Amino acid sequence: MFFTVSLYVALAIFVFGLVFKASAWFRYRLSPAAADISAAKRVLAAVRGIVRTVFSAKILTLLKVLLLEVLLQTRTLRESRLRWWMHFLIYVGFMLLLLMHALEKIVSAALFSDYYSTVNPFMFLRDFFGLMVLVGVALAVYRRFFMKLPRLQTAAMDQYAIIILAVIMLSGFLLEGIKITSHTRYQEMVEAYGDAGDEEELKALESLWVKEYGVVSPELKGPFEDEVLEMGRGLNESCITCHSRPQWAFVGYGVSRAVAPAAVGLDKAGLPALLWYLHFMACFIGLAYLPFSKMFHILTTPLSLLANAVMDRETADPLNVATRQIMELDACMHCGSCTLRCSVGISFEAIPNRNILPSEKVGALKAWVSGKTLDQRGLKLLQEGLLLCTNCLRCTGVCPAGINLQELWLDAREAVLQKGMPEFLLLSPLSLYRGLMRGSLDEDRYAAPARLATDTIGNTFKEIDAQNQTFDPAALDKDLVKHLGESPLSSTFKYCFTCQTCTTACPVVHNYERPWEALGLVPHQIIHSAALGLSDLVYNAKMLWLCVGCYQCQQQCPQGVRVADVLYELKNRAFKKVKAMKLLV
Amino acid sequence: MNFAIFRCCPTSIFLKQYESSTDAILRKLGVDFIDIKEFNCCGYPLKNIDFKAYVLSSARNLALARRRNVAILTFCNCCYNTIKHVLHLLREDAALLGDINKTLAGEGLQCTPDVTVLHLFEALYKEIGIETIKAKLVHTFKDLKIATHYGCHLLRPADIMQFDNPIAPTIFDELVEATGARSIPWNTKLECCGSPVWGVDDDLSMDLSAKKLDDAALCGADFLCSACVFCQLQFDRVQKIMIARRNIPKALPSLLYTQLLGLGLGIDEKELGVAQNEVDGTGIRRFMV
Repeated sequence: MFFTVSLYVALAIFVFGLVFKASAWFRYRLSPAAADISAAKRVLAAVRGIVRTVFSAKILTLLKVLLLEVLLQTRTLRESRLRWWMHFLIYVGFMLLLLMHALEKIVSAALFSDYYSTVNPFMFLRDFFGLMVLVGVALAVYRRFFMKLPRLQTAAMDQYAIIILAVIMLSGFLLEGIKITSHTRYQEMVEAYGDAGDEEELKALESLWVKEYGVVSPELKGPFEDEVLEMGRGLNESCITCHSRPQWAFVGYGVSRAVAPAAVGLDKAGLPALLWYLHFMACFIGLAYLPFSKMFHILTTPLSLLANAVMDRETADPLNVATRQIMELDACMHCGSCTLRCSVGISFEAIPNRNILPSEKVGALKAWVSGKTLDQRGLKLLQEGLLLCTNCLRCTGVCPAGINLQELWLDAREAVLQKGMPEFLLLSPLSLYRGLMRGSLDEDRYAAPARLATDTIGNTFKEIDAQNQTFDPAALDKDLVKHLGESPLSSTFKYCFTCQTCTTACPVVHNYERPWEALGLVPHQIIHSAALGLSDLVYNAKMLWLCVGCYQCQQQCPQGVRVADVLYELKNRAFKKVKAMKLLV
Repeated sequence: MNFAIFRCCPTSIFLKQYESSTDAILRKLGVDFIDIKEFNCCGYPLKNIDFKAYVLSSARNLALARRRNVAILTFCNCCYNTIKHVLHLLREDAALLGDINKTLAGEGLQCTPDVTVLHLFEALYKEIGIETIKAKLVHTFKDLKIATHYGCHLLRPADIMQFDNPIAPTIFDELVEATGARSIPWNTKLECCGSPVWGVDDDLSMDLSAKKLDDAALCGADFLCSACVFCQLQFDRVQKIMIARRNIPKALPSLLYTQLLGLGLGIDEKELGVAQNEVDGTGIRRFMV
């Protein structure tokens, strides 16, 4: 009764979760293409797209992907053999257990007329499949907690997945082991299936089961006489048609030997029943929680692989691209492949923003699209993470779920930038990628974010009216002078005698008729202002932000001032300063 | 020398032909190379933002190359400049090296600043040699006038790059002339292409490019030739955008040096990706003999 009720409760939660999660794919959006389009229209577009694909030549591609990438997981294999084995053992082992053992009444009994979980090969196979899963789980633990994988992040979700699998498997094996030793269970079997004989016969049969089948009897202990065993063997003839020797359940049998000394007590204490509850409850919790956990990838990852194999941003219905993108967020199983291969992942060690790492960015995006309010700091960190990307395409290339991460970043970047928070990384060559894509963006949406960053810089760091203002020496940035003096490259600023060679050599200065108006300060003035500690004046200067880093100034400086390197240093400091500011949205 | 080829980040989306053409000419010239898939961004864009992130990026690549005992071979000036600059910093500053290695130890890596870093041109010019290249040519170019664009980061700062004379370099010109083309003199040869501010201030960026494109055309160039991912993106993709936005009557196509040399070596045009360039460069065929 309890079993049935909890099964149906778990199933109901599972189905509800499935519907709820899948509906989100049509309700949320990242790309502007799906703005103000109802979920129903998106569902229709998806159905239309799927039907069209299935009834076209693309079905062949789908079948190929299904075989190679979904079933054989060639994408994982390409990245790491260890991970492939880990995943293969868990997924194949668990699937077979599910079909043969969990669904035995539906599947096994239908396929095999002589199916009994206690006869071979089923008895052996159950342990074999279970062991596969356990070894896979052990590999996962090893990978997550013992291997030195750079910047691999393990979240509560990953730990949960490992724990739930481990609990299901271990409780199963423990249950099996204790049932082998259980005298109560033995008696139940005798009563149910045996032809009750006299006391002597029963004793003989029990002796045989103690000797050869691992039962721990409270009364009977070996050694037994051969005649008694021989008699038992005769009576056992009818038993062996439904019960193989438990040694075949090699893991469970191992457990039974380990617990044998305490078996009588454990049996009396009702441990088999307790373990049985633990075992099926763990399974039901796993089932109910599946749509909300990383295990949801069992369903979504194949979907993502299939969809991405046949969908092309250029030709696909933009509504379907929008839907696919949200579904892809669910297809991420947080394996960390992308983060391990991320081109800028290493910068996380210097700039501790987890959103730099693609695997973590997916999580933040998931929260953001579902309308969970990221606070201003959270959104700012997401924005920085989205911009701190060199668009190398590697994350997309290595993702075992085939998620088009590159496209996600592209759309998310634009969507977050339109929120109107200044992003100063746009004033660095990280803007190149956005610039190269400007054709695909609306003119104003393209230009506004960089303008906002520039204007914010202008409003934050104040210009000085040098003609009419006297400086307060206390207001000068002595830290800056000290810092520059200590840096091996920048300390050369001291040799500047303001000959203006750097300014004469600068191609940016050359570009303007009235450079001091366009740029605020020109290079030699920047060096001079920095030497005076006028940091606001320096950070305010457009010249600093428009320096192309061509090193003409430095190459030509007669004094050996590393002009370009000083400018980089100043820009680094300016970045730190604006980052620390409380920003208005 | 064993090389690990260092593939610059934007190439995978925007300049695939630089990768394929480089691979093709190296194979043709019998240069063995490996790919280290753990390599990360050289750190060039991070240099503007955070010194440690910048140094760490290159240091990690150096450590990876050291572990495999290979030299790093780059085909991008900015990668070349960045890795070499960081190598220099780490050699000079033991405290910095110690600090960086403490971080790298977290993933079982150690950086020793004794790795060789070569630009593709150094491999071609110094390791293989002009004569060997000439001997392998199956086509040469006739009456072809090329404006060589060295790119800032190949040459400067010269005390660290030590690639060529920063004021009157010749290596690139010699490499171009080895193919039978003529390297023409032009005034703005050593100026910035404008790429570093593309996306930051597109007008400035286009101004800088236009100045060079106009000058090269005025000096009679049939093609520009570049040696850097970012310069090529600027002269190719950005020029394409400029043509649309600034009503430029005549484009000046830019070829990668690897495409030019590859054609001379008889490599299939498809592999060299000439047709993938945004500004049509297929006119180069007219000059081939």
